[in-house]
Formats: sequence, structure tokens, C-alpha cells
Amino acid sequence: MNGSQTATHSVAQTEATKPSLAVFKFASCDGCQLQLLSCEDELLPLAEKVKIAYFLEASSHIEPGPYDIALVEGSITTSADRERIQKVRQESRYLITIGACATSAGIQSLRNWSDHAEFLRYVYADPGYLKTLSTSTAISDHVTVDFELRGCPINRFQLLEVLQALLAGRRPRTPGHSVCLDCKRQGTICVAVAKGEACIGPITQAGCGALCPAYHRGCYGCFGPAAQSNCEALCEHYLKDRIAPERLVPLLRNFNASATEFRDAGDRVDPNSDPGQPIKNTPSPTR
Amino acid sequence: MPCYAKESIDKYRSQQPHDGLSNVEDTSAAGLNGSPTADERDYRFVEKRELNSLIALLRADAFRVLGPRVEDAAIVYDELESLEDLPQGYVETQSPGRYRIEKGDHENFFQFTVSPNSWKQFLFPARVSLARAKKDRDGWSFAEGDDLQQDADGRREKLAFVGVRACELAAIAIQDRVFLEGPYVDPVYQRRRESTFIVAVNCTTAADTCFCTSTDSGPKCRQGFDLSMTELPHGFLLEAGSQVGGSYLEKLESRPANPSEIESGFRLEQQAVQQIRKQLDTHDLRDLLLNNLDHPHWDQVATRCLSCTNCTMVCPTCFCSSVHDVADLSGDNVERIRQWDSCFNLDFSYTKGGTVRDNTRSRYRQWLTHKLGSWQDQFDSLGCVGCGRCITWCPVGIDLTEEVQAIRVKPTSKRTLSTPVEPAVATCVVKDEDD
Amino acid sequence: MGSNVSQLDSNRDRRHSAWVTYPATVTRMVQECADVFTYDLHFDDPVTAEQFDFQPGQFNMLYVPGIGESAISIAGWAKDGQGLRHTIRSVGNVTDAIARGGVGMSLGIRGPFGSHWPIEHLTQAKSPLDVVVVAGGIGLAPLRSLIEFMIEHRSQIGNVDLLLGARSPQDFLYREDWDRWTEHGIRIALTVDRADRSWQGHLGVITLLLEQMTIPDPAHTLLMTCGPEVMMRYVGGVGAEKQIALEDIWLTLERNMNCAIGLCGHCQLGPEFICKDGPVLRYGRVRQWLRVQDL
Repeated sequence: MNGSQTATHSVAQTEATKPSLAVFKFASCDGCQLQLLSCEDELLPLAEKVKIAYFLEASSHIEPGPYDIALVEGSITTSADRERIQKVRQESRYLITIGACATSAGIQSLRNWSDHAEFLRYVYADPGYLKTLSTSTAISDHVTVDFELRGCPINRFQLLEVLQALLAGRRPRTPGHSVCLDCKRQGTICVAVAKGEACIGPITQAGCGALCPAYHRGCYGCFGPAAQSNCEALCEHYLKDRIAPERLVPLLRNFNASATEFRDAGDRVDPNSDPGQPIKNTPSPTR
Repeated sequence: MPCYAKESIDKYRSQQPHDGLSNVEDTSAAGLNGSPTADERDYRFVEKRELNSLIALLRADAFRVLGPRVEDAAIVYDELESLEDLPQGYVETQSPGRYRIEKGDHENFFQFTVSPNSWKQFLFPARVSLARAKKDRDGWSFAEGDDLQQDADGRREKLAFVGVRACELAAIAIQDRVFLEGPYVDPVYQRRRESTFIVAVNCTTAADTCFCTSTDSGPKCRQGFDLSMTELPHGFLLEAGSQVGGSYLEKLESRPANPSEIESGFRLEQQAVQQIRKQLDTHDLRDLLLNNLDHPHWDQVATRCLSCTNCTMVCPTCFCSSVHDVADLSGDNVERIRQWDSCFNLDFSYTKGGTVRDNTRSRYRQWLTHKLGSWQDQFDSLGCVGCGRCITWCPVGIDLTEEVQAIRVKPTSKRTLSTPVEPAVATCVVKDEDD
Repeated sequence: MGSNVSQLDSNRDRRHSAWVTYPATVTRMVQECADVFTYDLHFDDPVTAEQFDFQPGQFNMLYVPGIGESAISIAGWAKDGQGLRHTIRSVGNVTDAIARGGVGMSLGIRGPFGSHWPIEHLTQAKSPLDVVVVAGGIGLAPLRSLIEFMIEHRSQIGNVDLLLGARSPQDFLYREDWDRWTEHGIRIALTVDRADRSWQGHLGVITLLLEQMTIPDPAHTLLMTCGPEVMMRYVGGVGAEKQIALEDIWLTLERNMNCAIGLCGHCQLGPEFICKDGPVLRYGRVRQWLRVQDL
């Protein structure tokens, strides 16, 4: 989905007035919305170009839809949200998902590997009041998404690039290459080769600026699988290099646990996963 | 005195048209065009501390002195202030997908081989500003980027590389061909290259990933330096490769090396040669690879290759790049940034009609057949200098010499390719196989 | 060192100045078919306009700041002989932006780059050569400047056959030029992939037209083609079957061009840098690479 072809018509050009921007939150930590707020220097110029119509994190002022651009943060974990995302889609000309929760169901999708009811019993004295789904799923499992912006959290410069591209009527440019390319451009020494760290940078999409390896630790895969990533080969190599599955599986089942390539790789490596058991979180897209 | 095969020197020289600083000087001046041949070389002996004097002299002459130093878990090339910054006493081990350094039982400064980051990062930086665009009422106007502009006082940064290995000299010579000797010159590379002073060092040890003897690019430094060093236990054997190098050598406290020192230097160089285990059979390599573009082994490599770009990034000759625009939010101020790119990236071969190399098989094949095959058509040499970086720094340890060998032992195609020179004028009738 | 540095900078010839971009303005925009437009571009600086020259088949890098560059073949001079004509299909960020910008849009031009059609062969031949031009769809654009060149040198050239193919009758380019071309003795044959009943012409792939053609003197015939790669491969093959020598068959290729000067690595096809060694190449030189999938 990264690089969706649909977002090529200029928002700015066809609207006489400023295009409206709405930010919606689903199951998430708000960290990606905060990235928009922390665009301090760019926020004012941005406000000149778009009308911020719905952004609860920033303002209690709410304007009714429809909206030109909807930024959607978070995953679908409740039946109410499952209904709400349909409404958001109907009200939005361009729906952009932002962050690992929205694009790949987030770290909360770890519940997809566990017994959801047991969690509820363990945490809550009276779980009867809770209405949650047993799975966490990505927004694109429920509605058509025009562009997916990856990351946990998203990179605010990439967010600005997406908004700028929409305003200019072009396709956003976000790299699909591996974290390794950024490490090498920056001169960061490979922690996998020089230290034997389990680093999933080679199969992870760049976008963070290769942050973790620059601080001498392996990549956590925050931006999800890189384009045509070969997860199987990397995992096989690490296992052969005596990196335990117990180390590898949590790396893959992390912020992007349910991204297809990471999910499948983790399930292959996990000694506890039962290959005969259908994986609970395989979503059935509603649209 | 080591004895050199004359033709190998000539061959090497033909790969090394730029001889350190000499190409900046007026080339009509006597003695600057060519380096001394091996037989004419004078070896001087200096104490180890004299290297500190050399670094100080270069720094005093406004050179930014760069060389090996330990940073985190590796020996990298970075700024040197003094001898103290060098990785004294370190040893390294390199093998496919693995690199480690540790303190060894010696006091030498250069007893290792090549660093993960090559000198490429200084001559062909990973990110440069090529151009700027500004929009006003009259439309766009264009200007040179920061990396093409002169410093305010018309000067430019001068670089001094200390500790350049023979394979790295060969790599610089290859990039000289790419960036300086074609129909177009890369202005960023040219500026940096022309003000670079090179102090080479002869390897006295080899890593398991080294194969410079196969590519005829080492371990002995023969050309392309201003000064070269061989590290002995108690000092350095120095030789000048250019007049500029000679002038620095004169300023050091040195004496003529005695025969036993020269002999011991030669033995150390031989030690490196003997330690090299890895081989790349370069015989007919171009035809072998280009005749086997449909070999099933490419599919096999693709099951292991991550398309992660590491091999191309660490390769000292890989030169691919991409330019992209960075605009401010108004869209009226744009900077054109050039960054290292890689043939392993999916969008590298993107065209309006689709991505040409849409799978790892075709991308690995592109890299290897270019490096070892079509590079010869383009630049009249291999694109590989046998440094072994792509083997060490591949996260899964893919070894190009083994991939070549797999094809060599079982080639599939007997089809002979015509060389890609223009066909002769004769108008013979050819039945096309396409249709 | 200092003196040489300044000397170099004062001698900034073409080898060194490939990144210099010249501002230009769109002065005319004509729709050729659904998503294809022909633009006239005029350099803002009259000196640049005066000095700029190109050979038929070469391309420019058209630059929309903030979006990027696109390699576009030069279709010819604008009517006033000052500006440049480019025919562009809107299929990406840059080309879409130019289509949206339209007349009055400011943009940048780097160029011209690459090899050209073998016009020297035409003018230096001992006896006039026949020419067969085969163009598929927008592939006529890089051939247009060749056709104009042949008209300028018409007396030096023998028969000129122009075979044009398009998806539908609405998709042909440069219909406004056809009468003039015909007046100069250029024979035009048309074919389309599909059409309604009002279409009286040929239906089918363009190679069929070529196959049906009689080439009286193949040893003195140049075949030049541009279109989809698979079409050009077949055209080359048919040309060879018709006994045109492989070195007399020329085509122009498209790859990802980023720097346009052979330094960025993107556009390679086997040993060829398409931007620098091409885009116009002898069929015999590249057919072995065109056969290989995903090369």
C-alpha cells in the first residue's frame, strides 16, 4: 500500500477554499499525533495551507465533515471503532493511516497470539463491562486507505512530505529501502556484523534515520518490513549464528507484529507456534 | 629489494592515471607525471614517532588528516589529530558476515586490513547538496548547491588520507575513471580528489575475506600515492610516490633504510600475500557472467540475499546515487540532494512502464555482473579490487567469490556473446533469433 | 594548487557543467490525445536560447523544482525556431505537474543529453539512403526531430516511409504535421490496435505493416524505430529478416535516468548506460540484452 497510486489529484487545486484536515484516533498511544504537533516550525505554515477541522489532541474546536484529508492513528480493537472507521472513510476524501498501529495493527496486536478472554479475566475484576474485540487489526483491513505512513512513531518529516505531496497533487515519496542503507550513509557501524547483535534492520523499512544502530543496538523494526524483504533468510542466518528464537521472535513480534512478512517470519521461528493452528489474526478484509 | 613483474606494474599504472596530488600540479613540470618505477625507489627509514610529525606537518598545511581509528566496535576512517588516535596494538578478524577487533600482542599501528567504511565517503560523500532552486515572481532561478560552491575565500578543504591500502588505491583509481575520465566529470568528486594527499600503507597481514592478489590490486602499494609506508616493528619504511610526497618526506627525520630493514619489509609484505586464502578466478570472467544471465544459480542466491544494500554501500568502487528534491513548506525554496543509492533498491530501476528489476534475483545479478562483467566494457577494468568488504559486511555472509565459482563450475550457456563494440560496416544478412 | 583550481573553474566546459539547470517557460500546450500533450518551452535567458542546440534523438531533463526531473526526448524546435518542443505523457509526478502547470509554467531544463539518430549516415552516404521509420504511440516523439531533419535534407535522402501505430485512431501524434510531411514525399502508413467501423485503415500490430512492406534496397536502407520495447524487438527482427543489416537498424531505449550523464548507475542495460551511450543505439548492439528478462 505504501505509495498508493490514488492520491495523485491535487487537493489544493480543486478546492476553492483551504482543504480541511482531520485527525482521528483509534487504539493507539497518541504518539503519532504528537509528531504532527511537534512540527513546531512547520505548523504555522501548514495552518496557512490547510484548515485544521478536527484535531482533538490540539484543539477542542470541532468542525463537521466531510474532510479533505483524514489522518488516522490507531488500530481497530472494538466493535464501536469498527463502525466508526466506516464513518470516517465516508467523510474523508483522502484517508491516510499514520503509524504502526494504523498500518499494521500495532503492538496491541500481540493479543492476536493469545487468549483475549484470559487477559480480561486477569486484569479486570469485572470484565463484563468491557466490549473489545479479540483481535487488533489494521485500518486497511476495514476500509480503503489512500496512503500508509509507517513508523512507531511516524517520522514527522515524512508526515510533512505526505501533506505537502497531497497539497501539491503528487504521490508522496517515502523510501521503501532497508534501514541498512541509512546506517551506511551515516557511517554507523553494523551492530549485527561487528557485534553479533540480532538486528532486523536489513528487513526493515527505513524512515527512523537508523536510530537504534547509531546508539549501538539492533533495529526493532519500527517501520515495518522493507520492500521485498527476505525475512526468512535473515532469520535462518541468525538462528545458525546461535541467536535464540526467544530473542528473535520478540523482535519480529513487536510494533509491527502483524505486518504480514514479520508475522509469518515470527511464526516460522517461534518454537511454540503450532503450524497446524490457523493464526487467529489473519484478517478478513471487509472491503 | 623486492622484484616486481614489469607488466603488472604497467597494468597497474594504467589503472591509476591519477597519482595523488600530482594531477593538480602543472603536469608539464618535470618528474610529476609518472611515479618512480619500483627499481628507482628509495626507501627511507623513520622512527614510529615521525609519523606524528607527518600528521602535524599535514595539519599545519591545512590538510584535514583522516585515518584509521577505533570507534565503537570497529576501526573506521575518521579525523586524526596525532599518532595517539591510530588503532595501535589492534588486530581484527573478518569472515563472511562477521567482523571483530581486539587488542593483540603487538604495538603496531597498522596491523589490520580494511575498515568497514572506505575512503569513498570522503571523495564521493554519501550526501551532498548539488543545486538549489528558488521561486519568485519571475519564476524559478537555479544556483549551485553547497557542495559545489567555493568557500568564501576561494579555498577548499584539503584532505590527507593516512593508511590507504593497496586495494583502496586501486578503488580510488577506478572511481577516478568513473567520475573524472568519461564524457562528463562529477564536480563534487573532482574538487575533493584534486586536493587529496595520499599516504598509503602496505598490508603486512590479510583477513580471511581478502583476495586482492586475484584482482591484481595488492597487497603491495605500487602506484597512486604520495607517500607509502611499510610498518616494521621499530619504525616505518617510507617511499615517495610523487614530488609533493617527496617534499614531505624531506621534512621528516629519516635515514636511508639499510638492506636488512628493506628485507624485513619485504618479508612482511610476503607474509600478507601468504595469508591470502580467498581466490577469485578472473579468467574470462566477463564472458562467463554475461553468458550466464539465465543461470539457475541467480535464483539460488536470491533465496539468501536480503536486498539490504550493504554490499554496495561498503564497496569502495560502487558509485550509484540518486538525486531528490527537498522543499520547504512554501515550496519556493528547494535543495537538490544527491545520496548514495543502490541497485538493490526496488525503485532504483523504476520507469513509467514499471520497475525493470522487480526481484532480488535480477538485482543481485545486476550487481555482480556489473561489478565483475560489464564494468570491463564500461571502464576497461574490473569493478572489484578484492578488499572483501562486501563479504564481511553482508549480514548473511554472501561471498561473491563463491557465487562466481558456483556459476563457473556449472555454466549453463554455451552461447557466445558478441562484444558490444559497434559491428563492422559489412552488411551481412543475419537471421534474428528473436522471431 | 590554488592557481590550478581557479583555472579549472574558469574552464567550466560541458564536461563539468552537466548539473547546471536553465530556467524556461511553457509557451504553448496542445493536447495530442487523452493523456499526451505537446509543449513548447522557451528559455528565459536569450543567450541560453541562442546557444542551445541538439541533435535529433537527444533528450532533456525537465525539472519541476520540489517534485523532480524527468527525461524527455526532444521532439523538435518550436515554430519560431527558438523554443523547444517536447511531447509528454502524464504518467508520473513530474509529467503530471507539467500538465497541470500548462502555459506560463516556469520550470528548469538540463540538456541536451545522449546519443542521436544516425543523421551523419544520411547526409554522408555516397548515394541517397532509403529510410523506414517505425513509431509506436508516443514513440513518434523522439523520431519527430529526425523527420524534420530529413525534410531539411530531403534531396540527400531516398525513399522515406513512416509507419505509425497507435492504440486507437484518437491516439496518433502530430496530425497537424502530416500534410506537410506528405508534401515532402514522406509516405505515411497507419495502423491501430482497435477502432470502430469508421476507421478505414489498417488494424493490427505495427510489425505486420513492416512485414507487408517491400524494401527494394535493404543494403541501402536505414530502419529507425521507437515504441514499446517489445515492439522494437520485433521491428528489429522483421527488419533483419528483410535483410536490413543489424548495424543499420536503430532504436531508442528508455530506462530510469537520474543524472543523465552516466554517473548515477540507474539506467544500465548490460554494459550500456542508456543516458550516455544511448538512448539511440544500434539494434545489433543491444538485442542480446533486450532478450534477457529483468536485466
